[in-house]
Amino acid sequence: MTSGRPPVLSIRGLCVDFPSRHGTLRAVRDVSLEIAPGEILGIVGESGAGKSTVGAAITGLLQAPGQISAGEVRLSGDIIDTRDANAMQALRGRRISTIFQDPLTSLNPLFTIERQLVDTIRAHRALSRAEARVEAVRQLEAVGIPEPAQRMTNWPHEFSGGMRQRAVIALALCSQPELIIADEPTTALDVTVQAQILKLIQNLARERRVAVMLITHNMGVISQITDRVAVMKSGEVVELGKTSTVLSRPCHEYSQALLSVVPRGDVKLSRFPVAGSARNIDAAMKWLLESNSQHGSGGADALVELRRVNRVFGVPRLFGSVTHGAFKALDNVSLCIRRGEVMGLVGESGSGKSTIAKIVAGLNPPSTGELLFNGEDVYAARFEVRQHIRRQTQMVFQDPYSSLNSHMRVADIIMEPMIHFGLEKNRQLAEPLMLELLNAVGLEASAARRYPHAFSGGQRQRISIARALASRPSFLICDEPTSALDVSIQAQILNLLKDLQEKLSLTMLFISHDLPVVRQMCDRVTVLQKGQVCEIGEADDVFNHPRHRYTETLLSMIPSMHRPVELIQATS
Amino acid sequence: MKRLTRKFAALFGSDIGHSYLRSPGALFSTMVLLILIAAALGAPLLAPQNILDPRTLDLLSANTPPWSANALTGHFYSFGTDDQGRDVLSATLYGTRVSLLVALVAVLLSMSIGVTLGLISGYFGGRTDAAIMRIADVQLSIPAIFIALLISGLSRTLLAPGVRDTLAIYMVILAIGISGWVTYARTVRGAVMVEKQREYVQAALMIGLPTRTMLLRHILPNVRRPILVIATISLALSIITEATLSYLGAGLPPTQPSLGTLIRSGQDFLFAGEWWILFFPAATLLTLALAINVLGDWLRDVLNPRGL
Repeated sequence: MTSGRPPVLSIRGLCVDFPSRHGTLRAVRDVSLEIAPGEILGIVGESGAGKSTVGAAITGLLQAPGQISAGEVRLSGDIIDTRDANAMQALRGRRISTIFQDPLTSLNPLFTIERQLVDTIRAHRALSRAEARVEAVRQLEAVGIPEPAQRMTNWPHEFSGGMRQRAVIALALCSQPELIIADEPTTALDVTVQAQILKLIQNLARERRVAVMLITHNMGVISQITDRVAVMKSGEVVELGKTSTVLSRPCHEYSQALLSVVPRGDVKLSRFPVAGSARNIDAAMKWLLESNSQHGSGGADALVELRRVNRVFGVPRLFGSVTHGAFKALDNVSLCIRRGEVMGLVGESGSGKSTIAKIVAGLNPPSTGELLFNGEDVYAARFEVRQHIRRQTQMVFQDPYSSLNSHMRVADIIMEPMIHFGLEKNRQLAEPLMLELLNAVGLEASAARRYPHAFSGGQRQRISIARALASRPSFLICDEPTSALDVSIQAQILNLLKDLQEKLSLTMLFISHDLPVVRQMCDRVTVLQKGQVCEIGEADDVFNHPRHRYTETLLSMIPSMHRPVELIQATS
Repeated sequence: MKRLTRKFAALFGSDIGHSYLRSPGALFSTMVLLILIAAALGAPLLAPQNILDPRTLDLLSANTPPWSANALTGHFYSFGTDDQGRDVLSATLYGTRVSLLVALVAVLLSMSIGVTLGLISGYFGGRTDAAIMRIADVQLSIPAIFIALLISGLSRTLLAPGVRDTLAIYMVILAIGISGWVTYARTVRGAVMVEKQREYVQAALMIGLPTRTMLLRHILPNVRRPILVIATISLALSIITEATLSYLGAGLPPTQPSLGTLIRSGQDFLFAGEWWILFFPAATLLTLALAINVLGDWLRDVLNPRGL
């Protein structure tokens, strides 16, 4: 913090209320903070902590019926009246710029990048069209877009995710703002791109003396580029201080808890650390164990095997099956998952992780190649065999808000597979088992009567796991099971999966883009790049001695809070 | 009883119930609708005259103006009578009954056709979808009233005159029902295509549920909101389509009059100054359609389905 000059942003006692007919919800309470020129302040917290609301309140973009009920906001010393819509309009984009999470939606798809930049520049500065064009090229160059003069004529859809986010940052910089509010700017991006964007934001803050408020849930991002950090919990700032101090010696118990649950990428621990007291799940799982003794005696070592699998996606024509513009999602993938092991599958978006999950799940046949389950060709199997395989293969999905039918009670959701596969004849017989399953995943029996909307994301994911176990599977596919959850909940769910895997000796395919999580969960790891397998090996080997260059790059890009910033800069 | 009150409390405590109690338009139109429905249901009890039985007509009281007693017979008529001494109030009550019945059944018919085809089209996709949607496109390019006229006209030429009048009501229902399925099919198809991508459907696919169970248990409940909105709005539309058909003479016969039939017979007397024969059925038709539309608009705002 530099003394002498006033801070760019100064907030005193800010409170934001959301009145509703059920009473007033105070989303932000008594928040005070300052950001100096060239400083990056991180705001970290779990979902619902009010971190985005702080950003929205400053820019006057609070969603109705939210309103600032107390406190003042000063921008370089001037009090700003967030209730005056016209004044705020003049302020936004001129003195304060915002970078949002999704670069796909923050650019207008109907205008070229050039048009959007030139229009923005001319709206803020008295420049001719030609001068604005030159300025636009300069801005794009500054954010690291190669050949800016040519690329500028492109449409947003011709840019990759990282390029789009760069263009958004260029737009934010056009008006030479004093303050940039970046709300989860890298959450939608792959790790390799994330590292570049963070570096860019850091350099811009340093060079142009712009103050940056970086809102994120990711501790790694915080440790990598912020100077100071504010930890928020249910609307309050519980700790504010130098990033290095807060990360190494957190004072508040919530910050300590938040830090302790971040999975580590460097060493393997037997369990994920959980904040507070963990619920010990040790129900009588006789029923679940029964099944595993039956098919645990298979001869082959491999339970699931992909053989030279290709998957091509094409654009189907109206009438007929002629395809054009085909896209090869999987290219000659061979993969073998051994009985009782946890196989990790990592790769960036578009690498074919989810396509493999769908093929293995039996939802989407490969274009060529075959999927073997217990030595049986799944997609060529007779109906009875297919049903048997279906019962043994279950999946835990990514999005807990879309993976449960909101019009069915939890009891019915869990009992559906039991009854469908004839594991129990009727509801009366299935009910005690369903309650046992709920208990096994750490939910109260009263949950059975309720509908999914009554549960939080973490609880929904527990229901989803209970449903997956209800058919007594031997093979469980987990497709990014925790990427939609907060980090403290993530640890609980991962521990649950780990316990269940060990107790029921499940075979598991664990898909994630989060490398530290994969390191903790998996016995072996497969690294995918653009539809091809580049490395398969024991998890420890892959993480400690990667053989493939791409694996190395991926590993070096993990924003880790256990490593100093300089190391990451050196690799990028 | 206690359970019922609790259920009511829960209904009005919910967000939809809350918005309902605070929407004067919705409240008022529900009241109007309830009155009209009660009047239509109670027509045999409420109506002074059984207009379906020609023996009850009072020829001596013909052409009595509304809210006056007939000079010859001394009978009082609140809505007046027509040239055959038919009480306009009774005719309007019976007419509302027929109009509502036809519209309701027609809506149920077009809803079942449209929802079924929409589910199939959206769920299976590919050629099935292309075929169903092309048929829908063709039908959309012809005005609904024209299709209804065509079906109604065909039935007239094919059926014997005696059977014709007894079957007329079914023919009108069929005509309106078939002409209205496209809206349901298109909306449901779109909603199904969105739902199909959701993970709960994938989860249900993984246990290999039969398609029927899949569609009825998992997908249908999740697409019912837009169906409800369309059904309400198309109820008003069906009432008007029926009235149009009957007005054009392709609908219900004068022996079994609907509001449209009454308007048709009433217009002959308009220039003779006997306005009431046309006015009361027309005003009832307007009120009915308006009330349903206001309710439908409110439902649409509250349930907020996409693409409507």
